[in-house]
Amino acid sequence: MLKINVVRNLIKVSALIVAGGVVFPPLTASADGHYDGVVVNILTRPGPVIAGRIVDRAEEFKEMTGAEIRVAEAPFAELFQKILTDWATGTNSIDVGVFASGWGIELVGGDLVENLDPYLAKDDKIDLDDIAPYFRDFNQKVSGSTYFITLDGDFQMLYYRTDVLAANGLEPPRTWEEYLDVASKIHGQDMNGDGEADYGSCIFKKRNAQSYFAIQSVAASRVQSMGTSEGIYFHHESMKPKINNEAWDKSFELYKATGEYGPPDELNQDIGDTRGLVVGGRCGLAIDWGDIGPLSIEEGSMIKDKIGAVIMPGSTEVLDPETGELVACDANTCPHAIDGINYAPFAAFGGWTAAINKGSGDKAKQAAYDFLSYMNQAAQSNVDVTMGWTGYNPYRNSQLNDTAAWVDAGFSQEAAENYLGAIKESLNHPNMASDFRIPGAQQYTGVVLDRELARYLAGEITVEQALENIEEAWEEITDDFGREEQAELYRLSLGITN
Amino acid sequence: MNEWIDRNMGRVFLAPAVTLILVFSIFPLVASLLLSFTRVRLSGGGFKIRFVGWKNFEKQFFGSEQFHLIGTFTEISVLGWIVGLAFTAVLLGWIIKYIRSHFTWVGFIGRMITFAMALGLCWLFSATLLSGNPFGTVGVTLFYVFVGCGIQFLIGTSLAFACSQRIMGKNAFRVIFFVPMMITPIGVGYIFRMMADTTKGPFADVWQWVGLGEFAWATNPWAARIFIVVADSWQWIPFVFIMMLAAFESVPRDLTEAAELDCAGPWQKFREIIWPHVLPIAATVMLIRAIEAFKIVDLPNIMTSGGPGIATESVSLQAYYAWRSLDLGAASAIAYILLFVTVVTCASFFNLVIHSRIRKQR
Repeated sequence: MLKINVVRNLIKVSALIVAGGVVFPPLTASADGHYDGVVVNILTRPGPVIAGRIVDRAEEFKEMTGAEIRVAEAPFAELFQKILTDWATGTNSIDVGVFASGWGIELVGGDLVENLDPYLAKDDKIDLDDIAPYFRDFNQKVSGSTYFITLDGDFQMLYYRTDVLAANGLEPPRTWEEYLDVASKIHGQDMNGDGEADYGSCIFKKRNAQSYFAIQSVAASRVQSMGTSEGIYFHHESMKPKINNEAWDKSFELYKATGEYGPPDELNQDIGDTRGLVVGGRCGLAIDWGDIGPLSIEEGSMIKDKIGAVIMPGSTEVLDPETGELVACDANTCPHAIDGINYAPFAAFGGWTAAINKGSGDKAKQAAYDFLSYMNQAAQSNVDVTMGWTGYNPYRNSQLNDTAAWVDAGFSQEAAENYLGAIKESLNHPNMASDFRIPGAQQYTGVVLDRELARYLAGEITVEQALENIEEAWEEITDDFGREEQAELYRLSLGITN
Repeated sequence: MNEWIDRNMGRVFLAPAVTLILVFSIFPLVASLLLSFTRVRLSGGGFKIRFVGWKNFEKQFFGSEQFHLIGTFTEISVLGWIVGLAFTAVLLGWIIKYIRSHFTWVGFIGRMITFAMALGLCWLFSATLLSGNPFGTVGVTLFYVFVGCGIQFLIGTSLAFACSQRIMGKNAFRVIFFVPMMITPIGVGYIFRMMADTTKGPFADVWQWVGLGEFAWATNPWAARIFIVVADSWQWIPFVFIMMLAAFESVPRDLTEAAELDCAGPWQKFREIIWPHVLPIAATVMLIRAIEAFKIVDLPNIMTSGGPGIATESVSLQAYYAWRSLDLGAASAIAYILLFVTVVTCASFFNLVIHSRIRKQR
């Protein structure tokens, strides 16, 4: 009897396969086949984050067009250097680099990146108007021309445990002083029911990781108040560093103070470590990129529907760039303030963007553009950003305005609205702080700021020494690259064209 | 023709090997030396190279990177002065003794290089560690070299000596002790980082049980350095073990048996027969280990990323970070400073300590 059933089922399955083949012919390389034989080599960070989804989409693209998209991976710390070396020396083994948007300025400055304006002019599917203004006008463009395609929208937000704060009668913090206050009140409570004391705050502080992004998020609301074009790093004209002042001084101290309510080994924790703690339900407050939202609904998460997001905390006092002192917020000093609090959400990292090698062959460049456009289009990206493992965060208005995809992915309606609301508030903020987008960005922040911050956190030096060292080193880097050229590029990166 | 071939056959056979060495070893060495005197920028069409003289070196010793490479200097403490002056006197005495005894120009120049570097390191030690100031990557590297290699030599040699005796299951021990050396240093770094995690690592319960649940080794400079030395030792003790085991097993049995017949005790037998026999191998082992230890980069990079602050950053790691940020000139300069320190330290150790002892024994 059993054998007869098995045979029957096999016949049914075979019939379905045959019928399927007739009714739905398979999508093959020759769906249109105009890229048959074309190979596009992409280099990005190790997967599955970022790279994994490119591989998936590459298979779909091959079926549609015949183009073979090969994805190679390099360690994050060596990624930019490999791309720059390959393109500058004319090796051209890489057709597309997927990296932090801020790094691209150096490549454009070296005339190594393909200008995408002509491609965009012929592309009726990418729908640029749907891309949030910050990413469309700041991240993708240099000197008014588009050189990059955004695949991921990055900036940091504050996450808080809705259940823990509600149980303690607390509101989400609006300033960094309030952050410390809330963290101190919930620190040591059991937040995931395992009987162990958990942490009031989780912010990565490891050297050579992401701590230099976090400190900029803390400092931005004190340093910048006049809008995105003010910038948080240099005086526009003189290119003198805007770092050795009371605003950064206070920010360093606040950042260090958050460690009092964090895990004991926070100094050696990077983003992966703190994310593990947040998703494991061990943190009351945390700052992170948009990834926590999708990660909160994944299997094993202890914080599903228990995590809220708000814009990064702000400040009631801001830097007077002339004196280097902090002054109270008023209508003149903080024109974008809400209830006397100046917010400046920091576009940390700027997101993963793709650039096409100018030295690649014409056919490869066109195929590369079409593939990147395919990934960027709403039909694909609106799905990708809802999956935590992809590493992609929202950057299109349609991703933020429609909660349906997020609810389908597993969010509750309330959680989706809260999460997307925080992103929208940050993304549309007129005082959003832009990340470093000039040559040497890696040296200014990834090396110098990161190292001096680490030394200060470790107690090796005082905050004053740290800021003096940063100022001196930044001046050296600026002189090395050329002060005038750097000043011009800095102004351009902030959208100042006159 | 045949005569020419006979005469030059040796050179012809050597030519491929020499060419390979020149291309893959000597050329990069010369190229990086040239790079250390330049600033390099990558841009469209290739490299833009600007000659900057000694600037990259100057920055490391006297400029904005001084604290990073050699340390932060304020006032030298009383202890620092005492130790510094005492060691200077010893070094001067050593040089004077050499000049008065068997002076040769080559020997004198070699000793003067050793003298200058030893004096520099001595005052570096006095002005930083003994004066309460943070030391730079040179100090950290020397800590890894001297403390790490010292521990590895002591434990590796002891284990090798034990396994060279007639004990049960010594073949099994040989295999077990050798395993850590087969693991890649990056793997060792991750293993130790995970094991030492007192809050969520696999041994978190053990750490909590012994009362160290809240102790974060990676946030304390000395604990972090010591932990890196522990991981490094775990990996490299097998190397010392296997080399020294071969050395101990090569000691002629007739000599030890003759000593036993002459009623020599175990210590006497070890000091008079075994140790002199294995000393040249021990010196070579230490030399190889020291050279390797000077280049340590994987473990501090994986376990602490050079932190807290720059407390665990080695010179190699400093060069790697500079290279990673595309500061090729600075990276090359740092690499050459390391090369100088390594060559002088190892050559001095071999010539002045080991070689003279071996000569004395003969």
